Amino acid sequence: MRAVIAEDSVLLRVGLVKVLEAAGFEVAAEAGDAEALLAAVAEHRPDLVVSDVRMPPGFTDEGVRAALVIRRQWPETAVLLLSQYVEERYAADLLTGDTRGVGYLLKQRVADVEEFIDALRRVAAGGTALDPQVVSQLLLRRHSDPLDRLTPREREVLELMASGRSNAGIAAQLVVSESAVAKHINNILAKLDLPRADADHRRVLAVLRFLGVG
Amino acid sequence: MHLTPLTRPLLRPLQGVGRPAAFHLHGALIQCCSLLLFAVPWLNGGPTRALSVLLAVFGMAAVVAVLSPVLTGMQRTRFRDRLGVDIPGIARPGRGAAPLWEQLLAGPRAERFWPQARYHLVFGPLTAAAALGALVLAVVSVAAVTIYVWIWALPVEVRLSQAGYSTLAAYVTAGGAGGLYAAVWAVKALARLDTRVALSRLGPTPAERLARRVEEVTESRAGVVDAADAERRRIERDLHDGAQQRLVSMAVNLGLAKVTLTDLPEDARKVIDEAHREAKAAIQELSDLVRGLHPAVLEDRGLDAALSGIADRAPLPVRVRVDLESRPAPAIEAVAYFVVSEALANVVKHARASRAEVTVERIGGILLVVVSDDGVGGADESGGTGLAGLVKRVASVDGTFSISSPVGGPTVVTVELPCAP
Repeated sequence: MRAVIAEDSVLLRVGLVKVLEAAGFEVAAEAGDAEALLAAVAEHRPDLVVSDVRMPPGFTDEGVRAALVIRRQWPETAVLLLSQYVEERYAADLLTGDTRGVGYLLKQRVADVEEFIDALRRVAAGGTALDPQVVSQLLLRRHSDPLDRLTPREREVLELMASGRSNAGIAAQLVVSESAVAKHINNILAKLDLPRADADHRRVLAVLRFLGVG
Repeated sequence: MHLTPLTRPLLRPLQGVGRPAAFHLHGALIQCCSLLLFAVPWLNGGPTRALSVLLAVFGMAAVVAVLSPVLTGMQRTRFRDRLGVDIPGIARPGRGAAPLWEQLLAGPRAERFWPQARYHLVFGPLTAAAALGALVLAVVSVAAVTIYVWIWALPVEVRLSQAGYSTLAAYVTAGGAGGLYAAVWAVKALARLDTRVALSRLGPTPAERLARRVEEVTESRAGVVDAADAERRRIERDLHDGAQQRLVSMAVNLGLAKVTLTDLPEDARKVIDEAHREAKAAIQELSDLVRGLHPAVLEDRGLDAALSGIADRAPLPVRVRVDLESRPAPAIEAVAYFVVSEALANVVKHARASRAEVTVERIGGILLVVVSDDGVGGADESGGTGLAGLVKRVASVDGTFSISSPVGGPTVVTVELPCAP
């Protein structure tokens, strides 16, 4: 698996390279801004792009815009965005259309190396990794509604689902059995009138569509 | 010149007479120009009968009056160059000063025409005459004070009288000194009087001046507000590019150490673990602080996007409804963001609320921001909470702030900010 990194802070770039290498990725190129990132992707055609959201020259949403270009031109490239703050707007931009191989995490999640490597692999394999903060912001947007019918526990499960976790992952996180998770999910899908689906990403897609961004 | 302690107090009143003297001479020159106009009818013999003389004088007075914008310009230059006094231009209501040709064409209908004409026809010439008198007196007095020098220096055959070193010369010296002090005082006093009158006749009225001052102050305040916003953005950017990245990078390295250095002794692992946790906590704290300054997403996507971030981070459920067709000015957006951020922080700190609600909408030329909670109430803007800072920040853009917080709740903070519809 080959990866390209875009991050304007040199310090953090070094750390990212180390983490990616620890995860078994080969870092083909490192870029300091969106333009260099697009050039590197065109040249190396990596499997995975890890990019900061705020980069020179404007320091606003360059990473998001570059990600959208990459998704359009090289749809098979997985993109994981990192940001000091996750904004649901950027998530919404990112998740319109195909949500496979998309990730959007807080920068500080990189520090939890094991979870981050997990997210990297999930995204590179075509899954989704959304920061819990994005998910809760997305939930915040939907007030009316069947969501109010969920129990707090079911909401927790839904948030973990939306962030792309598997049943096993959710079970581990909530310290419950997998069968309990499966029961929660069935209840949720029933309450939200969502079709039942098997594959992780289709489930996420359904949830996101429900949240109004998919 | 070395002054002895005795002569210094004697000479002090005479100091600083140079500028007013030059100022009066300049004024006399301008008055000569308008006097020359009066002489025009007599260039070729001219009228001699009383009636025609009167007509000629009045005609020329009318010409001078009509030319008063030009003369006002000359006077303005004189006050600025000689005394450093700025006589502001006469602005039309709601606009800048009219160009000269427009004022000339407007004639008596021009803004503040009659006060100017009166100055140029009456007060100006009178002051110039008085000032010239004072200057002549000063010159004569200097001659009188130095009479002994003349007596001593001039050869006998040129002297006007054989006064010699008589008592008369002493009287002349004393009289000259008195005259000199009087003349200098008059020159300075006339300059002051002229300045006062010119300011009131040739410049705008006090009401106009006040209106203009308010305009200037409003403008400069807007500048200050913008500068403060820019500064916040700069600090946010600096922290984002500096300390925040460093902390994250440190946490990443500690995280890597945790994962890779598995063969370390237990207590070393514990230390790394602790440092890792601390670094993550520091990142969180710094992020919350920086976020309050001026989030990048606010510039980028506007209030709605930025406020959902605040609402999400609040430890209680917050509903956000932003209903705006277009984006307000950046300064207004920044204040609105700050209002919501501070108000919610207050709710968290003091209200013991179970939920809060934020609405932002535009009603005509007003951006209405309402933050309400179902807490215990009893909030008070003079109570030294964050509310005082809020009130100041809202006032800085001419907004209004009101809070209703009966004991027992609910608390509703309402802020109206001006924004172009």
